[in-house]
Amino acid sequence: MPEISLTHYVVLSALLFSIGLFGVLTKRNAVAVLICIELMLNAVNINLVAFSKYITPADFIGQIFSIFVITVAAAEVGVGLAIIIAIYRNRLSVNLDDFDWLKW
Amino acid sequence: MLVEFAMQHAWLVPLLPACAFVVIVFLTRPWQKLSAIVAVGSMAMSCVIATLAAYGIFTNHEYIEKPLVYATRWFSLGLPGMPDLLVEVGVQLDPVSAMMMFMVSFIATFIYLYSIGYMEGEEGFSVFFSYLSLFGASMLLLVISSNLLQMFIAWELVGLCSYLLIGFYTHKVSAREAAKKAFVTCRIADFGLLLGLLSLQIIFGTLNLVELSDKIAHFEEYTTFGMITLIAVLVFIGPIGKSGQFPLHVWLPDAMEGPTPVSALIHAATMVVAGVYLVARTMFLFHEVPSAMQLVAVTGGFTAFFAATIAITQREIKRILAYSTVSQIGYMMLALGVGSLSAGLFHMWTHAFFKALMFLGAGSVLHALHHKADVWEMGGLVKKMPITAWTFVVGGLAIAGIPPFAGFWSKDEILVAALGGGHYVLFALAAFTAFLTAFYMWRMIFLAFFGEENPENHPHESPWVMTLPLVVLAAGAISVGWLGTPWHNIWGEWIRFGHPHHGPINYGAMIGSIVLAAAGIYLAYTLYLKDAKKKRARRMAEWFGPVYRMLYNKYYIDELYLWFNHALVDGTARLFYLFDIYVVDGIVNGIGAFARFSGDGLRVFQSGRLQNYVLVFFLGVLAVAVLMAFSGPSATSLLLGGVK
Repeated sequence: MPEISLTHYVVLSALLFSIGLFGVLTKRNAVAVLICIELMLNAVNINLVAFSKYITPADFIGQIFSIFVITVAAAEVGVGLAIIIAIYRNRLSVNLDDFDWLKW
Repeated sequence: MLVEFAMQHAWLVPLLPACAFVVIVFLTRPWQKLSAIVAVGSMAMSCVIATLAAYGIFTNHEYIEKPLVYATRWFSLGLPGMPDLLVEVGVQLDPVSAMMMFMVSFIATFIYLYSIGYMEGEEGFSVFFSYLSLFGASMLLLVISSNLLQMFIAWELVGLCSYLLIGFYTHKVSAREAAKKAFVTCRIADFGLLLGLLSLQIIFGTLNLVELSDKIAHFEEYTTFGMITLIAVLVFIGPIGKSGQFPLHVWLPDAMEGPTPVSALIHAATMVVAGVYLVARTMFLFHEVPSAMQLVAVTGGFTAFFAATIAITQREIKRILAYSTVSQIGYMMLALGVGSLSAGLFHMWTHAFFKALMFLGAGSVLHALHHKADVWEMGGLVKKMPITAWTFVVGGLAIAGIPPFAGFWSKDEILVAALGGGHYVLFALAAFTAFLTAFYMWRMIFLAFFGEENPENHPHESPWVMTLPLVVLAAGAISVGWLGTPWHNIWGEWIRFGHPHHGPINYGAMIGSIVLAAAGIYLAYTLYLKDAKKKRARRMAEWFGPVYRMLYNKYYIDELYLWFNHALVDGTARLFYLFDIYVVDGIVNGIGAFARFSGDGLRVFQSGRLQNYVLVFFLGVLAVAVLMAFSGPSATSLLLGGVK
């Protein structure tokens, strides 16, 4: 069994990111879109940690950075959910297709 | 002692009327009599100082060649790489300025006095005297200036006063229009003068009269002959406007809309001869350029003749006098142009007395007839207004050139100067103009003062404040010419350019001019006095129908200018209007329309669908990533804004 290398991590991360992106672009439900964004963020986190471990093992820059990302992502989800709830109260819908009135 | 004081303090001469102006405007305006006293008193004091200073100048021959100059620095400007600009203010006393200073202040004093009677009960009495004081101050400043910049400032100030006083009756539309016309016409001319002065400053580095005359005497070291000719012509444009020479004479007859003392002081005796004075002061410039002298002479000679022909047919008393003034100033210019500064200024001197006298006489008549100005509606005024009429007759004899009255001597000087210089055409023109002058003046006198009385008029003699100046000026109109008789020409000894001129006495010209004047008066007599019904005069007008109408309409010069203004100025304006509408507005509107249309085209991309935006965003990121992967590091760096 071959050893797990950087390539594996990067491929995993790319797959995860693509799945998340696909979700963001195709899901109609705003909550599902938020969850997909979380997937993309975590793909990035995997990248950060993997590169940190294989390229600069002496420093913990990537790890620390990913903690920041997690923190910001938590805040972002909080704000995002709040917005969605607010819109839902107003429009009685979480369907993104209904939210197209921000145009000329 | 007093004379010394006056000569050293000649700056007081313009300053006193200037103070009077300030005092009247800020303090005494509510009290009419007091304002008048302040104005007349200050001018009388100026006159005393001017007389004493003139006495000092005229008792010492040194001042002819070496003027007495008191000047001080006003300001100086230094720019790196350029010579410093030093501007002075000062007083220059020599026989020319002393004579002029005396003449202006003397005549002004009596005209101010006359104004008290003439303007009595008019609205704005005090304001009128404040303007008069300002005018007196500016005119005297012009006269005693030691440099051309100071002179130019005063020149513009007298123009301003002229404007204010012509338009004094602000309720009259014609007065306002006339004031505007005078101002605009003079501005056109002043622009030429300004260009000339600037050129002098640039080339010679000074506007000081004494320095300038030294430098221009050998101008080859500074500039070319062509340039100096151009400067002389530019400088002469100023006098053409200010002194009402053809073709800028149009404002002067209209200026008669102002009160009559103003016409007498500004538009006959002093301001309009400022042009003559300027040419005389800058004679050193014109002297170097024969063609410019020729221009001055021809302009003067032509204007003299041209204005005299118009004066023959006019009906309003002041208008006749106005054209006469234009004509007489033409004489002065002619004299200067043929090289006789002495004769030109001599005529200015005598003209100031007899023309001020005649204007004041006309004012007295208008005052008595409640501003009925048509000489054909007057007649027989001599019985009710003896002083006015007889002093007017003195003026008429003086301007016609009957010896021993003042005008004879000066006109004779001019004719002799023209003849002596070999200008035979100009001489003939001037001699014929002398005949015309006698004719139109006496036409006016016979029509207005003699013959049958018009029963509609109830004239009365004017009060003493008006008749006293008439008598004084009449005495002047008789006697001031004796200074320059051909037998003993004191005038020519003092007021001259270069060496005094001693020619043989030309009895032929003298007798000729007397004969012409007498013939003119006789013709006027037969047409307008002997023939009580004026049948012959009317018949002549009919015979010469087209000519008469042309003269009566002043050669249609005003109409020509109007047409010119309409065709050229308005036409150009219309052209620019179209340019503005179609080109300038087109560009501005085009930019707006472009923004609108491009916005219309691009707004389809703003769908409002969140996921579309995300898709575009992601594609953009992808494109960047692809570019980074397939191109070199420099392109990447460029794309990322210089990040290495």
